[in-house]
Amino acid sequence: MFELLVARCRQGRRTLAFPSAAARLPDRFRGRPIVDPAACHGGCSACAEVCPTGALTLAPLRLDLTKCLFCPVCEAACPHGAIRFTPDHRLAARRREELVLGGGPMRLASALEQRTRRLFGRSLKLRQVSAGGCNGCEAELVACGNVVFDLGRFGVQFVASPRHADGIVVTGPVTVNMLAALRETYAATPSPRLVIAVGACALSGGPVASAPWAGRGVPDDLPVDLWVPGCPPHPLTFLDGVLRLLGAISDDTAQ
Amino acid sequence: MSATQPNASACLLRNGDAVPLAAVPTVAAEKCADEVAARCANGSRLAGLLAWPTDDDSRELIALVMHDASGQIELLRTFVAAGASYPSITPQVPAAHVFERLLFEEERLTPQGHPWLKPVRRHRALEEPMTATRPTTTLPPAHPFFQVSGPGTHEVAVGPVHAGVIEPGHFRFQCSGEIVHHLEIQLGYQHRGVTTLLERGTPAQRLVAAESIAGDTAIGHALAHCMVVEALTGTSVPLAAQMVRGIALELERLANHVGDLGALCNDVAYQPGATWFGRLRGEFLNLLLEISGNRFGRGLLVPGGVRCGIDAAQRASFALRLQRAARDLHDTATLTFDAPSVLSRFERTGAVSHAVAEQLGLTGPVARASGCNRDARRDHAHGVYRFSHLPVATTHSGDVMGRALVRWLEVERSFTFVREQLAQLPDGPWCGSSGAVRPDQIAVALVEAWRGTIVHVGRSDPQAAIAGYRVFDPSLQNWTGLAMAMRNGQISDFPLCNKSFNLSYAGHDL
Repeated sequence: MFELLVARCRQGRRTLAFPSAAARLPDRFRGRPIVDPAACHGGCSACAEVCPTGALTLAPLRLDLTKCLFCPVCEAACPHGAIRFTPDHRLAARRREELVLGGGPMRLASALEQRTRRLFGRSLKLRQVSAGGCNGCEAELVACGNVVFDLGRFGVQFVASPRHADGIVVTGPVTVNMLAALRETYAATPSPRLVIAVGACALSGGPVASAPWAGRGVPDDLPVDLWVPGCPPHPLTFLDGVLRLLGAISDDTAQ
Repeated sequence: MSATQPNASACLLRNGDAVPLAAVPTVAAEKCADEVAARCANGSRLAGLLAWPTDDDSRELIALVMHDASGQIELLRTFVAAGASYPSITPQVPAAHVFERLLFEEERLTPQGHPWLKPVRRHRALEEPMTATRPTTTLPPAHPFFQVSGPGTHEVAVGPVHAGVIEPGHFRFQCSGEIVHHLEIQLGYQHRGVTTLLERGTPAQRLVAAESIAGDTAIGHALAHCMVVEALTGTSVPLAAQMVRGIALELERLANHVGDLGALCNDVAYQPGATWFGRLRGEFLNLLLEISGNRFGRGLLVPGGVRCGIDAAQRASFALRLQRAARDLHDTATLTFDAPSVLSRFERTGAVSHAVAEQLGLTGPVARASGCNRDARRDHAHGVYRFSHLPVATTHSGDVMGRALVRWLEVERSFTFVREQLAQLPDGPWCGSSGAVRPDQIAVALVEAWRGTIVHVGRSDPQAAIAGYRVFDPSLQNWTGLAMAMRNGQISDFPLCNKSFNLSYAGHDL
């Protein structure tokens, strides 16, 4: 018992003071990209050619974060610096259209409307469904519950049954073999309910979009309330998105 | 390419090498089982069986055998007509069972005499083609589960969606009261078809596909993929890059082993271990983030080397952080392995005997916990592991305690290795230049990732393009080990046993 207490003192307090203190990720972290169509000189398609998921379109330059894997190749390929990744973890959005970047500030996720916020603002129970995820997104969602990120202090928790849940968190491209199970889990979640799509696979199929047994993300019959890009998204990206949804963070654009 | 005369000279290669396809000896299909069994004698391990289509629409079936004692991989092949049958290898080499089931479901090659032709990744009737049509209702299983009947017996079904945040799979228990007579595991829910991407994508698409086989093993699979491409193109990797690859692979091992120890503590309600190991896992992911820009090291490896190195300032910072983490980990492990509540749950739970582990071809810490002295970092050393050796940790109990202890020992040894490499790391170069693919070659890469030995096999065609690719994740064989571990155990120990294996569903399903 004594050794436990000594160890507890030595381990110290590890919980991040997020969101009250700004989160600072290392410079090499590939977070929110800044796209500068003005720097993009016509005639060059280096970035679009190397992108493994076709996230880049040209004339004008646009980067679709639902397809972006946040890999290093486009930034390295561009001779004009038109694409630059920043260590900003803020990426979650309410609408798919807001995830296509083409210069200018990015519109971050806004809060749910007032009635839903009153229901979920202090207690949000989520059922996670891995529909073909490679376990990267799943591992980061588990990390959200550890003492560093501590999702629980915001009243957010993953639950064992959809019957107990206020919404589902979907990862994976939705494989052929998981489509029915995903739909049944959503149907078993009582209304009002949310759908949160996490990771490039759930947003668009991600790195496996053209694999024959993978889908292109959450199907249209499940209306998504929060889109969280990343491959996988950093726990802070998920945390930031959920807190914005609940109205706990309210600055809604990122330069 | 058609069946040639059987020839006697063995095809042996080292890890990360390529050989001409023509050098692989051919045996008659009727003799294949005996030939493979003969090569798997004396402690050698069947690493994979694969089939590729030939020009005349038959199938070229290739067997890979790992000879740990000599550090060599042996290849042999046979030819089977499309849709035909051949004598099953499984009765003589039980470890072949899952590979032959895959040949049956993917290529319609029937292994005659196979004891249990259960689907691996398919949930629909075999007559239906393997296309991506979308079911709209729940389908019945394509193969009936083994059932036990008698007074007091009952069946418990779990999954695909499980209670926690975890990949999907189905577990069917045959029980009498609390005791499990038999566990049958049905996976395939994560089947995406990654092999197609590895065979047909651009180089960038192949690399991200490899990283996505099992997201928690991005470094392990990316490394095996890079080794295959490097073998097929004759590319050599600079020493500094080899060292960064080794550091990354060991950081991945540290992150996952520490996470597993935390998860095991969670399952036996030992909160200090669960909390502190859980937090410490993040330290290693954050080091990978500082090197590569991604917590799992995605984007770090490329054929030829690594995309970024570790500069002097980082090396100094990492050394300090690793020292602090080592101290915190040591404290946590001491408390955990001393706690009576932990020991009483871990010991004698989920035991897999050495004999069963060898028969089933288990690999990684799971196999080492059952006394199998195998580790590809030592037996098939490649890259920096040729110069820097890690002692191999084994236990003999084969229970949850053994699997936890082996992980802890590997954590200690990986720490030493990473500190050594950081202290000696030069300032580059980080990447060599890639050559062109050589035609008509076959390359094999083995990587001892944290779950066990990953096997990637690549083949180039006469037009010097990568035409065939197969992946064998360690989970493919290890899942059967979990099924065996549950026999005669209590069903309430299942989460603990499952965590003590911590296998990949996505790696199994591809």
